[in-house]
Amino acid sequence: MPNEGSKNRRSILVQMETPNLIPERDLGQIPVLQAEHLGIDFGGLTAVDDFNIAMGPTEISGIIGPNGAGKTTIFNLLTNVYKPTRGTVLIDGYDTAGKSMVQVNKMGIARTFQNIRLFGQMTVEENVLVGLGNSMSTHLLHDMLRLPRHWRQEAEFHDQAMDLLGIFDMQGLAKTKAGNLPYGAQRRLEILRALGTHPKVLLLDEPAAGMNPNETEELMENIQKIRDEFQIAILLIEHDMNLVMGVCEVVGVLDYGKIIAKGTPDEIQNDPRVIEAYLGKQGVN
Amino acid sequence: MQVTFLTQLLNGLQLGSIYALVALGYTMVYGIILLLNFAHGDIIMIGAYISWIVMSQLGLSPVLAVLLSVLGCTLLGVLIDKVAYAPLRNAPRLSILITAIGVSYLLENGAQLVFGADAKVVPSFIDTTSINVASLQLSPIALLTVAVTAVSTAVLSFLVQRTKLGKAMRAVSEDMGAARLMGINVNTTISFTFAMGSALAGIGAVLYCMAYSQATPTMGVMLGTKAFVAAVLGGIGSIPGAVIGGLLVGFAEVLVSAIGLSVWKDAVVFLLLIIVLIVKPTGILGRTMSEKV
Amino acid sequence: MVKETRDPKPYISLGAGGRRGRRPLPMPVRYAINAALVLAFLVVGELLIDGGSISRYQTSVLEQIGIYVIMAVSLNIATGYLGQLPLGHAGFMSVGGYSCAILIMRLQPVFGIALRDFAAPTPAALALFVCGLLFGGAMAALCGLVIGIPALRLKGDYLAIITLGFAEIIRVVMLNVDGLLGVDLTGGAKGLTGIPAYTSFLNTFVVVAISLFLIHTMMKSRHGRAILAIRDNEIAAEATGVNTTYYKTLAFVVSAFFAGIAGGLYAGCIGVMAPAKFGFMKSVEVLVMVVLGGMGSMLGSVLSATVLTILPEALRAFADYRTLAYAVVLIVVMIFRPQGLMGTYDFSLTSWVDRFRNGDLPWKKQKGGEVRADA
Repeated sequence: MPNEGSKNRRSILVQMETPNLIPERDLGQIPVLQAEHLGIDFGGLTAVDDFNIAMGPTEISGIIGPNGAGKTTIFNLLTNVYKPTRGTVLIDGYDTAGKSMVQVNKMGIARTFQNIRLFGQMTVEENVLVGLGNSMSTHLLHDMLRLPRHWRQEAEFHDQAMDLLGIFDMQGLAKTKAGNLPYGAQRRLEILRALGTHPKVLLLDEPAAGMNPNETEELMENIQKIRDEFQIAILLIEHDMNLVMGVCEVVGVLDYGKIIAKGTPDEIQNDPRVIEAYLGKQGVN
Repeated sequence: MQVTFLTQLLNGLQLGSIYALVALGYTMVYGIILLLNFAHGDIIMIGAYISWIVMSQLGLSPVLAVLLSVLGCTLLGVLIDKVAYAPLRNAPRLSILITAIGVSYLLENGAQLVFGADAKVVPSFIDTTSINVASLQLSPIALLTVAVTAVSTAVLSFLVQRTKLGKAMRAVSEDMGAARLMGINVNTTISFTFAMGSALAGIGAVLYCMAYSQATPTMGVMLGTKAFVAAVLGGIGSIPGAVIGGLLVGFAEVLVSAIGLSVWKDAVVFLLLIIVLIVKPTGILGRTMSEKV
Repeated sequence: MVKETRDPKPYISLGAGGRRGRRPLPMPVRYAINAALVLAFLVVGELLIDGGSISRYQTSVLEQIGIYVIMAVSLNIATGYLGQLPLGHAGFMSVGGYSCAILIMRLQPVFGIALRDFAAPTPAALALFVCGLLFGGAMAALCGLVIGIPALRLKGDYLAIITLGFAEIIRVVMLNVDGLLGVDLTGGAKGLTGIPAYTSFLNTFVVVAISLFLIHTMMKSRHGRAILAIRDNEIAAEATGVNTTYYKTLAFVVSAFFAGIAGGLYAGCIGVMAPAKFGFMKSVEVLVMVVLGGMGSMLGSVLSATVLTILPEALRAFADYRTLAYAVVLIVVMIFRPQGLMGTYDFSLTSWVDRFRNGDLPWKKQKGGEVRADA
């Protein structure tokens, strides 16, 4: 929960100049994730410059861009892995400045990682339970002495974990070591673990990396399913154009740490600046 | 009063110089393969025993003792790396660290078995008559220790900063994989780092024997631990940091002993370490290293 | 990590998967089986000792086994489960030992408890014993907290060296505190002598059983999962909302607490506490037990603590070579089997009973439906 001291900067979403950038249903709501003039320098190098976003509570957005454009750095800024050099991040209207990664997670942001970071020695179910465990209320002595509350909660959260695993049809793998899962399943498990922390906004860092076209297809459906079922916002970074164009309502294009274009998938696909960033000048014919 | 103060200052400088030499070895090995080489202190112990054998048992000249001690330590350091650490280059850090503890344990117990647990008296290397400078009695050993340390540090800095090998060392410590791709022979570079660190340990062993003239199987433990403390204090991986740390530890010990609390001096050194690490977790001159996410 | 190279079947869904159709034993039955075993062990042990089949010396070795089992398993919390390398475990043991022994020695005359009351414990002696152990554990835990807060901000080697430093500080304090404060507390360099023999086979193994149970139940709960998550991936754990500072400190404090308990038993078993016994080497000995057994395996810690306590006693003739062998074994194991002899495998008797009941035994090869990803 946000601290008393944190600045409440609640504002509501209004339509931007570019039409259709905020889904109709989210207008008038408080943006679940808002970044203003966000930027970071590493030494003299500006990795991200003036990044702005305002996401509706049920919006699915994507950030695309060439390698090294600063996409993952943006996620690291949004989740306070890095401290921004300038700019602010608001989650549900609350400023995240000075918060730890844990506090930011509790404020409502959860993420996956580009280079998968599972708890490899733990089982699939335990991985999900780590995320869910934040909402458990057993004290150390309840657990150590196996008091009734321990059993009640373990049973209750076991069911919750199984429900979560059910999203990707992974109940059968509950007892498998996470490190032994195939690549695609590891990516799915990371998403489920993040969902277990009950986020308001979910950041997916290249969720389709290493997946085959069929898996990507299913992932698209599942991203939408997660949004519909949990009523959360999803921001994703992806190289797979099919996924981005198929699932995102708004797409931002990042190049050299700057958003160079922003719009609906259709607009982006036809934007000459985007084509240039991806293919170079010669690509524009 | 002032005379006592100056003498104490020189004592601190002498002790600090020995710590600094040993700390340099820790810092170099840590800088290149991120290993806390627990066996480093015990290499010094072996160096001290070599001096003892050469001078006391074989009755040979101190010069030979110095040369053989330094050579023996150098070879031992490289050997330890090849046998115990090299097979674990890609293993988890904890495994290598535990191996280092194992090597340290092995050297100590091996020495105890071979030489016995009692202290061996190492004869003096040089004439120890005090030099009188303007009513000050200066110990030649102290002066020599400080001078040798200063020269060693300068040579080391030159090697690391100016030579091709030094450049290779710095490259390996930045990114072992990339260095390999650039055609740097990583294993040779690491061996050379161990060789340099251990040679310094050999010099340290000789200087230690000059000051305390004895060798025991466990002499390396406290010396090594405190030198590591010095390296961490100064900021591990940094050559000037190791020197600053070493001097700091040396002065702290001499100061605590001077006010009559010598039994507490070990505790004070560790307390100093804890305080510095709380204030600046990477040490005085340490770089912050962050994990890439 | 297994790269998916085979058929593009999108998901692996096997219903109940590898565990298909298994009927696990209900929890109370599992606990009853384990409790019965512990009880049987204690009864047999007591009968053998009372019958004179086990000598006083052998009983003392048995007690030390129990003590080192607690030491190894408690260090395993910080090493195997949390993934840190504290090198000052003996420091906590000495704090626990001194605290427990001093409390019992001071309160013993106050409550009029005679020495023999500990042998066949009167209620008062038993209460004092429990209080002493808890006090020892609590003092060690307090030290663990004081050490843990600065130490756990640091990583890996820094933590190792700072815990080593703290243990040295503890040793120096125990050695010199009497002189500094002008009191007669620890007995200084000559040690604390005349500690009543309050440790027995029976109470040692009851304490061992309780300690193992409590550590096991902690690890198999949300607290344990958070600790393991930090070990497996600290950044991911933080991003998943695990308060890493809290759980690291918790693991550290619990680890110190049980080391303190072991220290308390040790003081009563040996009868003398001297600071020199709790140096760096003692910490390394316990570390060797944990590493050999397998970091993260409770069974491994128990087995290697048992073997490494018996072996030196059995090989007294070769005492000189013992420590040398220790070192060689440590290096060889690290080079050839860095995960320790048992790895993270943990034996569970009741799950083997389960397997027998369901005919699901490893030597009857997988009957299809095995999770593909396990391959």
